[in-house]
This record gives sequence, C-alpha cells and structure tokens, in this order.
Amino acid sequence: MTTTQDDALEQDLQARFDAVVARGDRVEPRDWMPEGYRRTLVRQIAQHAHSEIIGMQPEGAWLTRAPSLRRKAILLAKVQDEAGHGLYLYSAAETLGVSRAELTRLLLDGRQKYSSIFSYPTPSYADVGTIGWMVDGAAICNQVPLCRTSYGPYGRAMVRVCKEESFHQRQGFELLLTMMSGTDEQRAMVQESVDRFWWPALMMFGPPDADSPNSARSMAWGIKRHSNDELRQRFVDMTVPQAEALGVTLPDPELRWNAERGHHDFGQPDWDELARVVRGEGPCSAERIAHRRRAHDDGAWVREAATAYAERQAGGFETGLRPSTTTGTVVEEVAQRPSRNHGAEA
Amino acid sequence: MSGQEREWPLWEVFVRGKRGLNHVHVGSLHAADDEMALRHARDVYTRRGEGVSIWVVPSAAVTASSPDEKDPLFAPAGDKVYRHPTFYDVPEGVPHL
Repeated sequence: MTTTQDDALEQDLQARFDAVVARGDRVEPRDWMPEGYRRTLVRQIAQHAHSEIIGMQPEGAWLTRAPSLRRKAILLAKVQDEAGHGLYLYSAAETLGVSRAELTRLLLDGRQKYSSIFSYPTPSYADVGTIGWMVDGAAICNQVPLCRTSYGPYGRAMVRVCKEESFHQRQGFELLLTMMSGTDEQRAMVQESVDRFWWPALMMFGPPDADSPNSARSMAWGIKRHSNDELRQRFVDMTVPQAEALGVTLPDPELRWNAERGHHDFGQPDWDELARVVRGEGPCSAERIAHRRRAHDDGAWVREAATAYAERQAGGFETGLRPSTTTGTVVEEVAQRPSRNHGAEA
Repeated sequence: MSGQEREWPLWEVFVRGKRGLNHVHVGSLHAADDEMALRHARDVYTRRGEGVSIWVVPSAAVTASSPDEKDPLFAPAGDKVYRHPTFYDVPEGVPHL
C-alpha cells in the first residue's frame, strides 16, 4: 500500500520536474529532481570547477616570467579569475548537497576529472596567448549556451564566468597580435604554439556525438543545449577568421570552407589521444595532480589556524568595537531585516 | 595530512550593486569566521566593482520557504487579484490614474 503511494508521489514529482524542464524554466536547489539529474550535474559542475582550479597551473608558471609589469599584472588578474570561476562553480555544486571538501578529495584521489586541455605543457610564453585566445575561446563556445542550462545555480555561475572569459580571450589575442608584429623569431613562437594547441583545443568539446552516450540524456534534461560536434563546428568557424587576422596557419590540411554547408570542413583530432588524456595519461596529468595535492597539504596549517582563531574569538570575550566600519554596517543592516529570509538558497 | 580536518562553515553572500538597489544573493563561500567571509566575498564576487556593500550570512541561519509552486505559503496571493491595479475598471480620459 505504502509502496504504491510512494510510487504515485514519485510519478507526480517526476511529471512536475519534466514540465519545468519542458517549458524551459529553471530547476532550483530545493526542488525535487531525479537522482540521475542530480548526479550528472554534480559530476559536470565539479569537473568544470576542477578544470578552473587546475587551469591556473599551466599559465601560473609564467607569472614571474612574463616580459613586462603590464603582462604580469594582466596574467595575475587572469589566473585570479580562474580561481574565482572555480569557486563560483564549487558554490553551485554545493547547492546539490555535496561539500567542497568532498569534491576536492575526489579530484586529489583521481576519481573526478578535469578538462583534458590542462594536461598539456606550456613550454613557451606564446602559450599564454594561445591559451587565452584559443583555449578560452573554445571554453566560451561551450559555456555561453550553459548560461541557459536548466539548473539555476549552474546557469547563474556561468553568466559570471562568461563575462570574465571575454577579457581572457581578448588579452590572449592581443598578446599574440603583439608578438606577430614583432620579430621573425616571435612569429615562429606563436605559430609553434598554435600548432601544438589546435588539436587539443578541438578535443575540449569531447568525443564525437556517436561516441558520447550520455549527451542525449543531458540534452533531454536541458543541462546541455548543443551536441559536442555542433559546438566544435561553431568553434572552428569562429576561429578561422581570427587566425587569418593574426596571420597564423591552423595545422589542418583538410581545413577549408564548404559553401554548400555554410561551414568549414576540418580533420578529426586523434581520439585515442583524448582517451589516454582522459584516463590520466596526458603529458602533464601526474604533475598537475601532484602540484594540486601539494598545495592542498601545504595549506592545511592555514585552514587549521583560521579555524582555531575563529573558535577562540567566538568562545572568548567580546572584543568590543568591530575592526572595520564595513562590518559594522553589515551587522546593523542585518539587524533591521525581518527574521525570516525567504528565497535564499541554503 | 588533512584527514580529520573540519570544513569551514558556509556563508551566503549578498551584494548591493549600487546605491538605491537591494542587496542581491550572488552565491556562497566557505570561511572560518564573519570577517574572513567578508574578505573572501570581496575577492570572489566583486573583482570588477560589482558592489558597494556586501552582506555575509551563515547559510545555517537562513530559513527558506519551499520553492514548490504548489506550496500553500503562496496560495493566499493567488485569489487576491484585487491587489493589482489592473483589477479596477476606470473611465478612459481621466488623467494620472
């Protein structure tokens, strides 16, 4: 009897969830959602967050070596943005009932992935420009449609991320353009970097649609809006004229305009290579995780000290005046609010 | 190692975009205490001048309604159409109504 009632309730909840998705409305944290939807989102958002955090490493290595104060300041701001993007996304994932500490542990244990692109090395300063222009350009192709994803907190995080990615892409393009108007040696550096990153950038969209079994379900749930191949095509069409403006050659002999389709034809990346990188066998995969693990362990004493300090402050005597006027204002204004706060996402 | 390390509590962040606007929820973050939460909120959510004021509230302190549209909490508003100005028919040509 109870089972029948539970089944009926579940069917009702499922029908309401389906209706929300069907009319293009957003699913919010405390709504009922199918377990598969929640699991898929946790996996995708966590992987996305991990990519932002791991993504600080390839470029971070150039922070102290960038050739001028201007370039150092720009790169520092960009790498700081990547950290911010990771935090927006961890924050979105946490609305699904997982903790950030747990997600970090899954990354460090190699049980959750990050974007394949960050397993490639950055031996040349031109790579900073190529990552901004081409890698972040590919990320933008992926991310702009995610602003309309069916899960509210994920979509809102993506809106913030996309606004900031535009700066990343343009600074990369400008960096490469500056080098292209420099010496022959600098132009060769740019071309060499583009040659190395082109195919891995195409792989960022994932395997071909035929080999991406979960895509259809993600699209039915409104998590994904376009297939891997659609987004890859969009990226190629977008990048070709930009490469012409830069004066670099994209390393694909099959790349040409197809007037009939209204799109560029292009060759296929080495999908076996993508599979190896995803398995954690990329050129820098071990190094990236080892570095992240070391940073996490090295920071443990800071986290513990801050916790101990907070506990002593809370448990000890009142310190009287608050240290900053801003904090004072916050406390005052909060005190004026009604005691119940409807609508915030807990 | 960090095996038994406790996670910093979660805080909800609200930002006032400019004077004259309400504080709006922008996301959450972890911090050991309120002061650190405020500093982290500045770094994470206002790197490009997105705000003139920030509130941080422990997530555990938020009491929320169920967002379900069938929630009886919002039902009383459903049949009170007379609360909206369009409920009232007024003659045409009467100014400032």
